[in-house]
Amino acid sequence: MRQAQVYHPDNQYEEAILDPIKPPINARDLLLWGGLLVVMGIGVAAYVRQFILGLGVTGMNRPVYWGVYITNFVFFIGLAHSGTFISAILRLSGAEFRKPLARAAEALTLFSLPFGVASIMIDMGRPDRVMNVILYGRFESPLLWDFTAVSLYLFSSVVFFYLSLLPDIALCRDRLEDVPSWQRSMYRILALGWKGHPEQFHRLERVMDGMAIFMTMLVVTVHTVVSWVFGMTIQPVWHSALIGPFFLLGAIFSGTAAVVIVLAILRKAYHLEDVLPVGLFNSLRKLLIVFSLGWLYMMIAEHLTLYYGNIPEEMEVFWQRFTGDFSIMFWVMTFAVFVVPILIFIFRGKNSIAWMVTASVLINIGMWLERYVVIIPTETRPRLLYELVQGSYTPTWTEWAITASLFAGMFLLYSIFTRFFPVVPLWETAETLEPETAFPEKRQRGFRGARRRRLGG
Amino acid sequence: MAKWSMVIDLDKCVACQGCSIACRFENNTPVVSPEEAALGRSILWNEVFPLRSEGEAAIASAQAKFLTRPCMHCEDPPCIKVCPVGATYKDDEGIVRQNYARCIGCRFCTVACPYGVRYFNWYEPSWEEGMDTHLNPDRVAGRGDLEGPAIRPKGVVEKCTFCIHRHHKAIARAEAEGREFRNSDYTPACVQTCTAKARFFGDFDDPNSTVSRLSQSRRAFRLLDEAGTSPKVIYLHEG
Repeated sequence: MRQAQVYHPDNQYEEAILDPIKPPINARDLLLWGGLLVVMGIGVAAYVRQFILGLGVTGMNRPVYWGVYITNFVFFIGLAHSGTFISAILRLSGAEFRKPLARAAEALTLFSLPFGVASIMIDMGRPDRVMNVILYGRFESPLLWDFTAVSLYLFSSVVFFYLSLLPDIALCRDRLEDVPSWQRSMYRILALGWKGHPEQFHRLERVMDGMAIFMTMLVVTVHTVVSWVFGMTIQPVWHSALIGPFFLLGAIFSGTAAVVIVLAILRKAYHLEDVLPVGLFNSLRKLLIVFSLGWLYMMIAEHLTLYYGNIPEEMEVFWQRFTGDFSIMFWVMTFAVFVVPILIFIFRGKNSIAWMVTASVLINIGMWLERYVVIIPTETRPRLLYELVQGSYTPTWTEWAITASLFAGMFLLYSIFTRFFPVVPLWETAETLEPETAFPEKRQRGFRGARRRRLGG
Repeated sequence: MAKWSMVIDLDKCVACQGCSIACRFENNTPVVSPEEAALGRSILWNEVFPLRSEGEAAIASAQAKFLTRPCMHCEDPPCIKVCPVGATYKDDEGIVRQNYARCIGCRFCTVACPYGVRYFNWYEPSWEEGMDTHLNPDRVAGRGDLEGPAIRPKGVVEKCTFCIHRHHKAIARAEAEGREFRNSDYTPACVQTCTAKARFFGDFDDPNSTVSRLSQSRRAFRLLDEAGTSPKVIYLHEG
């Protein structure tokens, strides 16, 4: 039996991109994965303890009913916006530089979303009753909006990601002959019989363009809806129309910065210096400068409005941030998100990956702090209780252990993925999508047959 | 259909915290350790707050002010709006109730309530030895599940129900005695126990009821009226 011939686009970097996948799983991989699994194990143990004893093992209390878990939820969903921003929004705007980094960014989306969802589950007092959300769901509750938006986002991201991966899985199936047989079977099954026909590429591009529009709308919706969990209540400072756009900007900001970190790691670990040139980082640098300034704008818009308005219950929260219990966090956040990174970007960032990574790490630490400083201070000074009860909150080791395990989980999924799949899209970065040779007789007949049928019908 | 409402006269209140204690025993609210209480995890459906007094004059006159606070049973409750599973709901007579069996413990309602009347069970409820054998045995089912004083599982939210089980008991008693249920048959524990008779309870829609007449007082005000929640608990100013 003759195997049907398959075509793949020509990519001068094919060797370099496939190289990380070729060697069998070695001690270094196992050490990394093992280490991450240990961190995850500690988190799982902490969670099991929390599940058995109750949420009392956290630092949450009255009135600070939401703490680190909800902060993580917002942060992970924000991180997830990286991929969609780069692959969907930049796709629509025709920014060509996105191509080599699209998959690395999308993978970040895919592997951070589940941990955002997990954070909500971890925060629930009765995770065993999660099905009630489906059985008795009420769409009047912003949590249901969240539930719907995030699950739709997760589903669409998987589809979008998989579609763009399809031609490359087929390439792996055909080019990687020395990998273990289970790995080859995996490629064979996942490739869904992809042949690399121009018509297939044409359809794929069209579907992805269509999905990019949909994903762009989703990305705006999802993070705005996440913010509405806070914004729809009448608690001071949360209840602001700015909270949606601010969350969205923060999400794309931290997501893009995370892409810088991921790219630098991939570049180093998998020797992709040629494929991921410094120029890419320079393009991201420009985006990050814009986002930093956008962040400053939002920050001033929010706090100047609060300060000028001088509404008593809002000022309680305002001072909690600027000089109160959260002032250290607030100022560290300001320096980590804006002051230091913008200086780095302007004076040091160009052509320097090390500086770009430094700034990006700072931005992500700062954005986590920002989520915290947006969520918690309001809870310590709720509308009525600010004069009756003054709340405070200190997270416990349980919360930190679980947080660490979520990040470890994300890194674990990411590192496993990059060991089995090309992390730079081969077909999107190829010089041309034209097949190398003409079609064999058999395929052509099938193809023509299909066309005839379609014309006839 | 009655519209149950409460009036609290702050002028009469002596801040004895009797309402708080009566509520605790009536509704089986769990007891927490002093360490937990310091974290702000004590559960008091009817809490008594000292108000911060400002200025020299207040200190000189040693005039401490207090606010006792049950659930406001709002006409437009922010807690019900945000509940993703309908575990909290307003019944036909305007009482905001909590279905422990359905609550998923997301604590959205506790965050959304501007009055802080909702409490979360951080641990499995517990009582000191001896106390655990003297819990209120009254049980009331709403929507098929036990509510009110029923023992709560860990991880769910609980709140003041205007002693809904007393309402049900009063109806049953009236039925057993072969007479019509009168509004005066139903009184929450905090109102019954109030040392200074500072609390009044009744049907707001009945123009002759005490609560309805007192709500017309010039001293009458509602907590956070500007929040648009339309509380059914009405306070009377001091002085």
